[in-house]
Amino acid sequence: MFRYIIRRLLISIPLLIVASFLCFGLVNAMGDPLGEWKLQKPRTPAEIAAAYERTGYNKPFMERYVDWAGDFVTGDWGESVVPGNAGKPVKEELLKAFGVTLRLILGAELIALLLGIVVGVIGAVRQYSIFDYTATGISFAMFSMPLFCVALVLKAGGIELNNWLESIGADRWIITAGPPGDGFGGSFGQQVFQYSGAYILPTISLVVIQFALYSRFQRASMLETLNADYVRTAQAKGISEARSIFRHAFRNALIPIITVSSLNIGAGFGGAVITETVFSWSGMGKFIVEAITKIEPYQVLGFMMLTAVFIIVFNLIADILYAFLDPRIRLD
Amino acid sequence: MTEIGSPVAQAPAPQSGGEASTFDTTTARKQWQVILRRFTRHRAALVGLVLFVVLVLFAFFGGLFWKYSYTDLGFKRYLPPSGDHPFGTDRLGGDMVALIIRGTQFSLQIAIVVAVLSTVIGVVLGAVAGYMKGWVDTLISRFIDLLLVIPSLIIAAVLVRNSFVVSVAGGSGGSNWLIVALYLGLIGWLSIARVIRGMVLSLREKEFVEAARALGASTFRIVFRHILPNTVDVIIVNATLAIAQAVLLEAALSFIGLGVQSPDTSLGLMISLNKNELTLHPWLFFTPFVFIVLISLAVNFIGDGLRDAFDPRQRRVKA
Repeated sequence: MFRYIIRRLLISIPLLIVASFLCFGLVNAMGDPLGEWKLQKPRTPAEIAAAYERTGYNKPFMERYVDWAGDFVTGDWGESVVPGNAGKPVKEELLKAFGVTLRLILGAELIALLLGIVVGVIGAVRQYSIFDYTATGISFAMFSMPLFCVALVLKAGGIELNNWLESIGADRWIITAGPPGDGFGGSFGQQVFQYSGAYILPTISLVVIQFALYSRFQRASMLETLNADYVRTAQAKGISEARSIFRHAFRNALIPIITVSSLNIGAGFGGAVITETVFSWSGMGKFIVEAITKIEPYQVLGFMMLTAVFIIVFNLIADILYAFLDPRIRLD
Repeated sequence: MTEIGSPVAQAPAPQSGGEASTFDTTTARKQWQVILRRFTRHRAALVGLVLFVVLVLFAFFGGLFWKYSYTDLGFKRYLPPSGDHPFGTDRLGGDMVALIIRGTQFSLQIAIVVAVLSTVIGVVLGAVAGYMKGWVDTLISRFIDLLLVIPSLIIAAVLVRNSFVVSVAGGSGGSNWLIVALYLGLIGWLSIARVIRGMVLSLREKEFVEAARALGASTFRIVFRHILPNTVDVIIVNATLAIAQAVLLEAALSFIGLGVQSPDTSLGLMISLNKNELTLHPWLFFTPFVFIVLISLAVNFIGDGLRDAFDPRQRRVKA
């Protein structure tokens, strides 16, 4: 087991090297980070030369990559280069964004997973009941909707709610411009009020999409185990229905969803681009969109390295969990 | 139910008099007939199919019959829905019905290109990796890992921004939708490739493959004539669902500014352009929204029905 983990982590090192090189090439293909800046107004050749000197873009591609890689392994992730916003250390900015995304997705992911499992299991146990049809209908509708529309409608609804609250003399509740930068203040009650106002809509919009996926998935795998021979055997030997469902069918039906959700969470650290954009959370999703729009080479690379590590680690966790839950699977 | 696909002749039906010399024999249904029959008895799937056909006809031929064209911009701006303009008019005074027809057409075009492209790439690479094993498999699998790790938005930005790619695809002259479609197709094949690879890995050890090999069939023939037909159910269901995914992904890309650009259009772009009209002129936001939901609902229903129809264990509809 230990050797397996070590081996998997070791083979991902060349993967990271190739990925970072490819990524560097892709950013290069997006264009010149100083292109915008040069067009804004006439610049003197000396100015331009100084700017290129500062960004390192006066050097050839390979040299820039080697410079970046050398700095990266010593813990220096580079700085932002586009004039107007230049000189910010990538690592700090990235870790700040990561914290924001982490707070946003963990709760949402947990709620979606629990809801999805419960609804999926009930739907499978009571197949073709009214509950099953309703749940299936709702999840179908949910994953047939573009997420950003759901988020926009929620935001508009939140603003309406605020206006209504104000009209009856209450405080505005929903915060549609991200969590306050200076944290939550005031008494405990006020903090809860602010906290819920900032988190409720983005959480709902994330839960909506994940829940649809998880409940469908859980229903399918639960149906599979419920119809399996070993469950019929268990029932034939006389154990109660509840026991056969929970001890025999349910435990095995959890295996696929645990794998899927750990892959999902791993990818989720890359940020919820749409939700973060709509609700103005400066998380990873917003970070990468802005880095791409401005063509910030080192920000894009830093983002890729950080998210890649999470994707690789959670892929590994998924495989280990799979082997742990299903003893027939051998990892080596 | 259990003898699906196997040519078991059923007992001859009892004769009801008449010419006694001939037997009325019943032939077993072919597998595709069984599947077709199950599919047509799946109510939601059938509704989805009808809806999808109607949407396709609307998108590709609706323009011929509708009285206004999307180029007519002379109407009063922001007219709410009425008899003359069932979906109202937009901020430039264009008729929303004509615009929706065009947007739906682009969205469907993109979705179909994506579905075809991602399915072909995924199936071929997955089958090759699974059948060849060894270094070919390692190479393809590592390539998939690589694409999983590189944020797909970066690839989108390169394709949408890079002037070389844009000029190859026809410049700003209106093939921009194709770039988006190619991009979605080129990143969308990973999951189907993994599934097919897994299936082929187990199928290649089966006796019928060994028999084909013993008879001297070429690798190409074994893979495409003997192995892949056994995965056709997974391929078709996946391709169907890819259409729904592509419509939604294209909309999301448009929203963050990396999707289709004017003069091309799409339902996603229409929603994004009208996102600030949500409260004041809701019809501008909700009409394209409803059309996106209709397309993906219809496709998801079809996919679900196909999955059930292909599944030999499902017992809901008797074959």
